[in-house]
Amino acid sequence: MTIIKKLLVAATLCVAALPAQAALKIFACEPEWAALAQELGGDKVSTFSATTPLQDPHHIEARPSLIARLRQADLAICTGAELESGWMPILLRQAGNSKVQPGQNGYLEAASVVERLEIPAVLDRALGDIHAGGNPHIHTDPRRIATVADKLAERLTVVDPVNAAYYVQRQQAFAQRWRAAIADWSQRAAPLKGMRVVSHHRDWIYLYDWLGIVDAGTLEAIPGIPPTVAHLAKLKATLAREPARAVIRTPYEDARPSEWIVREAKLKAIVLPYTVGGTAGATNLYTLFDETLRLLLEVAG
Amino acid sequence: MLQRIFFVGLVATFAQSVPVLAADPARTVTSNNFNPAISLILDGKFASFSKDPATYALPGFALGEETGPGDKGFRLGESELVISANVDDKFYGSLTAAVTPENETEIEEAFFETLSLGYGATIKAGRFFSHVGYLNNVHAHAWDFVDPPLVYRALLGNQFGDDGAQLRWVAPTDLFLEVGCETFRGEAFPAGGVAKNGKGVKAGFVHVGGDVGPSHAWRAGVSLLSAEAVDRATGDATTPDLFTGKSKLRGVDFVWKWAPNGNAKERNAKFQAEYWTRDEDGTFDPASAGTPLAFAGKQSGWYAQAIYQFIPRWRAGLRFDKLRADSVDATLAGTVLDNQGHEPKRVSLMVDHANSEFSRFRLQVNRDDSRPNVTDTQWYLQYVMSLGPHGAHAF
Repeated sequence: MTIIKKLLVAATLCVAALPAQAALKIFACEPEWAALAQELGGDKVSTFSATTPLQDPHHIEARPSLIARLRQADLAICTGAELESGWMPILLRQAGNSKVQPGQNGYLEAASVVERLEIPAVLDRALGDIHAGGNPHIHTDPRRIATVADKLAERLTVVDPVNAAYYVQRQQAFAQRWRAAIADWSQRAAPLKGMRVVSHHRDWIYLYDWLGIVDAGTLEAIPGIPPTVAHLAKLKATLAREPARAVIRTPYEDARPSEWIVREAKLKAIVLPYTVGGTAGATNLYTLFDETLRLLLEVAG
Repeated sequence: MLQRIFFVGLVATFAQSVPVLAADPARTVTSNNFNPAISLILDGKFASFSKDPATYALPGFALGEETGPGDKGFRLGESELVISANVDDKFYGSLTAAVTPENETEIEEAFFETLSLGYGATIKAGRFFSHVGYLNNVHAHAWDFVDPPLVYRALLGNQFGDDGAQLRWVAPTDLFLEVGCETFRGEAFPAGGVAKNGKGVKAGFVHVGGDVGPSHAWRAGVSLLSAEAVDRATGDATTPDLFTGKSKLRGVDFVWKWAPNGNAKERNAKFQAEYWTRDEDGTFDPASAGTPLAFAGKQSGWYAQAIYQFIPRWRAGLRFDKLRADSVDATLAGTVLDNQGHEPKRVSLMVDHANSEFSRFRLQVNRDDSRPNVTDTQWYLQYVMSLGPHGAHAF
C-alpha cells in the first residue's frame, strides 16, 4: 500500500507544478489538418501534428510521445474513415483525455463531414486494406477542405467560446480567400482534364474528382499491399495499350515500383507533396495545391 | 484506500455531463461500423525438440501452469475471440476469450475502462493482464517470438493477469509519464489461494517515454508486484508442491524503436530488455507431503531482444535469456527449488513474414539450456492470423 501512496503523492506534485496553458491545444492526426487548424485558430491555438509528411498515416506506432500530446489536447482533428484505425483508438484509450473522445465536441473526423468516394459495397480483406467509410484521402480536393474548415471553425467556437468571434472572423476570411484560390487553381488546371495518371496507392481520387484527371491504375494490386511483380507486369501491358502521362506517389511511398514502371512503360514519375511540408515548396495549404498543380502541369505538355 | 479512489473516480464519471453539439448524421466513429468490433486470432504451430518436452524444468524455480516449450508436432495455439467497443460515451469494454487446444474456453481478459474521467486518469476493472513490465500486457499473438522470455515463464507464469482493478494517470507533459497502481484477487501465479480477502496482489508501475527525432522512440519503466500466496500449487497436478508466503517482484523494462522518419512499413527495428527479481519468503511443501519447509530466496532473470525488419514484410530477431536462483538449504535439496548449480539460459533466432498486417508466419529456433547439462534445440513454425478489424496495437 505504501507504494500506491508514494505514487499518488508523486502524481499530485506533478499536477501542482504545471503552469496554466493559454492557447487552445489542437492535436491533428495529419499535417494538413494542423495547417488548417492554424489558419483558423491563428494565435489563439497551438497545433501539433501527430504525423510528418514523410510518414504513412495508415501505419503509425501508438508512441508514448503521441499519448502525452493527446493527453493535453483540447481538440483533436483526424481524417477518420479508418485511416488512423491502427493507432488512434489506442491513443484515445491511453491518454485519459475525456475532451477528445469520439462523440465529444473536441473530436472531429474530417472525412465524416464531406462526401466520400469509393465506399465499398463489399467488405472483404481479400480486397486489401479497404476502408468501410470510403477512401479517406479527402484532403487532395480543396473543395472538401473548405467544408472541413467550416466544421472545424464551428467546433473551435464551441470548445473555446471566449474566442468565438475571433474564430468566426478568421473562418470568414479563410473561406473567401480559399474560394478565390480554388477558382484560380481550377482555371490553371484546365489542361489536366482527361490526363491519364497512374498512382502508387489510391491516395489521389479526390484530386482526380476535382480536376477530371483519369485514373489509369495503381501500382498496388490491392490497397495497402506492396506492389507485386505480377501486377506491375500486367499494368505495363495495360499501359502499352492505353498510355498514361505520369505515375504519381506521395513522399512516403516506396520509389522503386514507380521507377520500374517509368523505365518499362515510358512515363514520368512525380512525387507530389500530398500534404503540407511534403515538398520544400508546399509550406502551407495554398502552396500545397500550387506545388501539386505545378508538378502535374509540367508533365501535361 | 485504493477502493476509495476507484469509488471517487466512478462518481466523477457519472457526474460529468457536458452538452454535445447536435449529432452529425455523417459523423462515424472508427471501428463502430462493426459494433462491437469482433476479431478472431488463429494461432498454430509445428514444433520439433531435440529433448523430450515432458522433462522440461528450470532448476531453482517452481513453475506455474502451462509454462514450458509446449507440445511436439502440430499443435493449435490459443484461438482468441476479441470483442470490444465503446459501451457508451463513458466506458470502453473488451473481452478476450481463448479457446485452448484442449477444447476449453478461458476468459483471458474481460474488462471495462473509463473514457471520461479526464485529467489523464483512467480506471480499468475486470480481468486483465497487469501493466507491469513491457511484455506483460501484450497478447501472445503480438509477441515477436513464439514463446515468452524465460524470466516471464519462471517469475510471472508466462504473463500475469487476474481479476482486479487499476487506476492509471498520464501526466500533462510532452515527456510521456504514466503512473499506475493495481490490485488483484490473488488467484493467478505468482499469487495463489485468494489471500487477503480477495485482494492478494498489489502492483504499481511508472512508465516514461518519448521520441528522439522523427526516427526514434523509447519507453522505460519500473514495476513492483507484491503477491500473497496461500497453498500456491505448482508442478504435478495430483500431488503439487505448495508455497505459502510472500512473493515480491521488482522489474525494470526498456524498449526502443527505430523507423526511418517514423515510417515503419518498409524498415524498422526494435530493441527491448527487461530485468526482474523476485523475493519469496514463506514455506514450501514439496509434493503436498504435509511437511512445510522454511524457504526464503531470491530469483532473478533478464532478457534482451532485437527485431529488425530489413525489407517490407520480412523481419528477423535475436533474443538472449538468462535466469538465476539462490541456492537453497539442505532441507530443500532435490526439490524444484534446488538450482543444481545451474543458471538456465537460452538463445533464440526467428524470421517472420507478414503478407499483410493481418497474417504472419514465423520460423524460430531456440538453443535452450534450461536444464543442467542438457542443450535442447527447439524449432517452431508458427502462423498467426487476425480476422476482422484488429489493427491497433500499443507501443
